[in-house]
This record gives sequence, structure tokens and C-alpha cells, in this order.
Amino acid sequence: MPTSTHATRKVLGPCSHILVAANTGSWRLERPDVDPELCIRCGTCAMYCPTACITVSKDKSEFPLTFDWNYCKGCGICGNECPKKAIRMIPEGGE
Amino acid sequence: MLTYKVEPKGAVSPGISTCQGCMIDVIFRNALDVLGEDTVLVVPPGCAAQFSGCGPEASVTVAGIQGNLENSAAIASGIANGYKHQGNDHTTICVIAGDGGTVDIGLQSLSGAMERNENILYICYDNEAYMNTGVQGSSSTPLAASTTTTPAGKPVNSKDLFRICMAHNIPYAATASIANIPDFRRKVQKAKDIRGCRVIHIMSPCPTGWGYKSAKTVEVAREAINSGAWLLLEYENGRLTISKKPTALGQVESYVRMQKRFKGASDEAIAALSAHVCERYTYMEKLTQIMA
Amino acid sequence: MAVKMFDGNGAAVEAIRLARPGVIAAYPITPQSSIAEHLADCVAEGKIDAEYVRVESEHSAMSVSIGACLTGVRVATATASVGLALMHEVCGVTAGCRVPIVMPVVNRSLVAPWSLWCDHSDTMAERDTGWLQFYASTVQEILDLQLCAYRISEHEDVLTPSMVCFDGFYLSHSMQRVDTPSDEEAWDFVGPYVRKNMYLDPKDVMFINDLCPTVEHTEMKYQQKVGFDKAAGVAKDVFAEYEKRFGRKLSAVESYRLEDAEVAVVTIGSMSGTGKYVVNQLREKGIKAGLLRICMFRPFPAEEIREALQNVKVIGVMDRSSGLGAFQGPVCSEVKAALLGTSCQVYDFIGGIAGRDISDGSFRKIFGMLTDAAAGKELAGTTWFDVREDAMNLREVEMPC
Repeated sequence: MPTSTHATRKVLGPCSHILVAANTGSWRLERPDVDPELCIRCGTCAMYCPTACITVSKDKSEFPLTFDWNYCKGCGICGNECPKKAIRMIPEGGE
Repeated sequence: MLTYKVEPKGAVSPGISTCQGCMIDVIFRNALDVLGEDTVLVVPPGCAAQFSGCGPEASVTVAGIQGNLENSAAIASGIANGYKHQGNDHTTICVIAGDGGTVDIGLQSLSGAMERNENILYICYDNEAYMNTGVQGSSSTPLAASTTTTPAGKPVNSKDLFRICMAHNIPYAATASIANIPDFRRKVQKAKDIRGCRVIHIMSPCPTGWGYKSAKTVEVAREAINSGAWLLLEYENGRLTISKKPTALGQVESYVRMQKRFKGASDEAIAALSAHVCERYTYMEKLTQIMA
Repeated sequence: MAVKMFDGNGAAVEAIRLARPGVIAAYPITPQSSIAEHLADCVAEGKIDAEYVRVESEHSAMSVSIGACLTGVRVATATASVGLALMHEVCGVTAGCRVPIVMPVVNRSLVAPWSLWCDHSDTMAERDTGWLQFYASTVQEILDLQLCAYRISEHEDVLTPSMVCFDGFYLSHSMQRVDTPSDEEAWDFVGPYVRKNMYLDPKDVMFINDLCPTVEHTEMKYQQKVGFDKAAGVAKDVFAEYEKRFGRKLSAVESYRLEDAEVAVVTIGSMSGTGKYVVNQLREKGIKAGLLRICMFRPFPAEEIREALQNVKVIGVMDRSSGLGAFQGPVCSEVKAALLGTSCQVYDFIGGIAGRDISDGSFRKIFGMLTDAAAGKELAGTTWFDVREDAMNLREVEMPC
């Protein structure tokens, strides 16, 4: 394919080319709180999480879930879908 | 070349300004995860335009173009033919468009692309109205649902995109739901491996437009499947299969009562919706027998 | 170089064939249809190695063209009239995304009323869409302009699409002799398509045509404006190179017997030949008449027009579109703007609508009005010429009691 691409070059017209993220964590009014005793580390919450901000640890010596608070919007889908009801939503500012 | 200011999650930026409880992110992430980086996206205006970027700021790590609302399938056709001419038979050209851009204004170009059997994958995420512009009714809006342009409830049933696709004899069409991600991924994988025009129609409930708590998106989608308001279907090489039989066919009560958009619907309207759901399922079931 | 016989559509197809597009998307519309047909023939017969996409509308024809061109191939499409109007939305994308498509447009009236015949209402409605516009006056010029348009549009300083406009039936279906470069000569001039700006390549990621906020939208439009500014000079260079290679002179405007002219008409398109014929007749009678033909309408060659017309006392501009609601038609408005500050008197003549012939008689009448104006007689700013006297009484229907 013929090309005139160089390491840097000017592009005319509209295009996006810098991957950025909105700080959607700032939207949160409630945050998920996991009960490590109830959580079976099945990953259902992570599969449905719109922002993919849940990491599930399979290592039993570690806390089961970690959340990326920069991006968790606090939608509550994780808690709603948890088969063990191990996640509850708590106010962002503390109870 | 794309410049990374953040680490993407899969092929998608971790922070996208889709509404709280919206699962279009999940659709993009899973579709692009299955399709891989050798993919070009076509995304029309709509909620999914969040993934096209804004100014210099990008939201996905694959190449793409934002088209107009009605020409996604045509732009994708052009890309497919451009690559074909240059001997590129490996890149997946994938449209991800909403219901308005697909079943309303985009139906003509999609029909053309399906008739020509263009080598494209067309994914329609269906939130059953023009959500990005403020919940105006579309031809995907179901009977009795209130939108800002059907304030007294939509007087007619929704358009059946899946049957329209079947009528074009394309090699692959499927419906999917955000309540069943493994099924969606399987269908995207299957579509990826097929050549020709492929359409996946995935229901993606909208907390903002449907009026339910953001935590309930998957639950609402699941209830739609249980009642038959949304069917999981697959059409491949002229064969139709129903992926999952509804567990409570026609019992749309619990589904509609979860959503404010049906708040004003009369019992008669709900009964009519239920009848439509049952009729459609019966029709599809008969088709599966004919097309087995 | 060989002499071939082509009608206008045939010349457009020949130019497309010589430019070797990789993707063709065309939707038939009178009087463009034979372009769509002959391109299909060329592909079927292997004369063009391209993918032919039989689209379901002009909107899709342009959309397919954009998508394909952004993968790095030259593309071809063509349209006319309401087809162009349907494309309008996507034409803005072509221009704004700097996709250098060259498209023949066979001029035909816009509805309503329905008409199959020529006027410029279709392309004049697109004059601010961000496309270069060339108007051919002969079949030969269709081929010449189109070959040049690839070079101009694809130039890295321009990156702006082109419409090569020619009059429906007058040119599209008129068989004329055309000096045609050989495949090699043409290819040596046009050259392969090289992607120079934005493109769709999985290995070099960018997301094209995203939402751009107000803080940079003006600048994006300014970039396009600079493209037009550069296009004027690039066109001059390309025309000069074309003349050197193929011996035919092309220019943004063509002056005809203007040196000492006292009255002149400004023409565009196929009417120009008739205009020149009448100029010659008038010259024989001792009337100092002249003609200026606008060949490149976008970018508008204001300086050349001023240069050519500034010493002409009275000028009549021919507008082959109705310019409804405007004080003067689109061509006249711009010519007048170009002549700002001169003492030229500029009048507009609207006619030739929907195939009504602009005859030698029409030109004689118009020159008559211009010479009268030069002698001091009052003349309206805009004159609709050759309008039937019963214009307001065309239909009379029975009323229910």
C-alpha cells in the first residue's frame, strides 16, 4: 500500500488519535462493597461491569475483588448480578 | 499512530461517558476482543459515538470512521471493497450502530449491503429509541412504550430487523443480549469466521430512557428474554434456530412493570404486547421447523 | 494520442478508465445513466480492474466511495440532478474529511417540476459544499478537465474533491471527436493514487470524522479554505503541464474577443459556443462584443475575471439556474463581487432552465439589451429571458361550485 506516513506528520481534517479516558469515577454516588466471606470469585460482576473496572483475584490469600475507582461509575450492576449477594452498594461519602 | 495517554481495557478506553448503567461499553469491549486489532470500525452518530472520540481524543484502539446516521453499511461496503481490491481479505470491517441508525434511517443502506452480501459485520445495539438525542421513539420502540415522541405510548409494534435480515438471505444473522455475554461472544466469533454480510442484533437496555435503576440493566435484559420480549435467534446458511426458549413466554407483566416507559400503558396495551410477543415466538418456532 | 468519438458520458468514462480506479460505486440517473452502465461494462470486460458496487442510491454511492478511498484506492462515481441532491449530506463528508474524489456530474434540473433536461440548479446548489467545480463546454474538455481534476484534487496542498460538471444531453449525449491520450500517456500524467492524509489502516490507527468541538471546528473549515486557496495555483500548474503534454489549453476562465469589448456576456458550460458564434456575428456588424467563459467555478477565479472584464462597460451574466429569492443568480452575484470597485455595469440573465435552449437568438436579444444599457437605457438588475408571456396562466382548472 503506497503511503507517505512519517513518524510525525500533519493531518488535515477531523480524526481522533490520542487515547484518553474520562474520569468517570467522579460520577459515583454509591460504591460497591464486597463481603470477602460471601464472594466466591466467580467473576460475574467483572463480566457485566460496564467500565471493566473489577479485577477478580483467584488467589485465596488475596482480597477477592479490587475496583478501579478512577472509572467505576457506581451503577450497581455488579451488586445486582452477584449470585451470592456479596456486593452491596454503600454511599460514596461513607455511611 | 495512536498515542496512548491511558492504558486501554481491551481495545477500549477505561473511561467512556456512556450513562451510568449503560452496557454499550461491554458490547464494544467484547466485540473488539473477539475481533482483534485487525478490525476497522464504522460508528454512526448516537450513543456509540462516544467511542468515535472527540476532537483529537480517541476512545478505542482500532481504526475507524464515524459516518452519517444512515450510511454506516454503505461506508463499510466501501471499505470492504477497497480492501478487497488491494488483496486484503483478513481485516474485519465492523459497524456498531444503534437501532435508529439501523432500522429507521439506516435501513436502506443496510438492505443494499445485505443484498450485495458485502463482506461486513454489522452489529446493531438496540436500546429501542433515540437515546443519545433524548429518548425519541424509533421503529425499534415496542408497542405501548412511552418516549418523548410517543408520550402516550407507541401505538404500533416494533420493526423486526431479524426477519428483515433473513429476507435478504445473508449468510449469518443473530440476535443477542447483554444479559448473555458468552452467547454474544460466541456469535461474534462465529460471524468473524464467516465471509459475507453478517448482522448481530443485540438488546442493550437503557436505564435513562427506559426508566429503571442503573443496577438493573442486566436484570431487565434477562427478563426480556424470559418473557420472550427479546428472542435469542440464529440464522445461518438458511437455517433458523432459537438459542433459548423463553421460560415464561408472553408473561411480559414483570418485564414492563420494571420500566417507567410502560408506566402509562393500559392493561389492554400490555395484553396486546403480550399477544405480539407470543405470536412472534410461535411464528419463529414454526420457521425453525420449516428451515431446519 | 488518438482521435476517438465519444459522447460526453463516454468521455467521462474514458477519463475514469484512464485513471484506473479500484472501486466504482454508481447509481443510474438520467442523463448520467450511461456512465454507470459503461463503467459496469468496462469492469465486466476487464478494461478497468475495479470492484463495481451496485449501490441502492446516490447517498450510498458517495458513502461507498468515501469508505473505499480512505483505504487507499482511487474511486469513481458519477451523478446528476436529484441524485446529487441526495448525495449532498455525504458530499460534505467527502470535502471535510479531505477525500479527493473526482466525480462527473451531468447537469440536470432539480425537481419540482420534474424535468430530465439541463440546467445548473443541481451543481449550483452544491457550490459551497467544499468541492472544486469545473464546467466543461465541449466533450473534449470533459476528458481534459477530469484528467486534470485527479491531479488537482489529490495534490497534497489541495486534498479537496472535484465535480466535473457538464450539461445534460447538450454534452452528455452529444457525439464529438475527442483527442484521447493513450493509456500510458494518461497514466504517466495522472499517476497512481497515493494516500496522503487520513486513511483507514488497522496498522496505523486513527478514528476519522469524530465530533469536533467548537474550539477547533472553525480551524477545520479554515484548513479547507486554504485548500481552495492552494487549488487555484495548483490548477494553473496542472493545466500548464497538461497543455505541454497534450497540446490543449485549459484555464480557469476563457476570454473571447474581450480585448476591446464594450459589451460582454459571461457564460458557463455548453452555452458558450453559441455565445461565441453570436459575438462573431456582432463583431461583423461592428459591435464590440466579447465573451468570458468560466470553466473553474470553485475556487472562484475572481482575479482572472476582474482582469478580463474590468475594462468592459456593460456585462451580462448568464445564470442557468433560477437563484430563487436572490437579488441576482449565483454566477452573477459572484462575478459582480469580483468586479467590486470597477465601473462595470453588471446585469443578470436567468434562463436556459430545464433544457430550454439558450439559442443564438437568446444571445442576440441579450446583447441588444446590453448595448442599449451601454447607450444609457435603463435595464433591470435581473432579467428572466425567453419566458413565455402566459407564464402566470399555464393552468386553468374547473372549480367545484
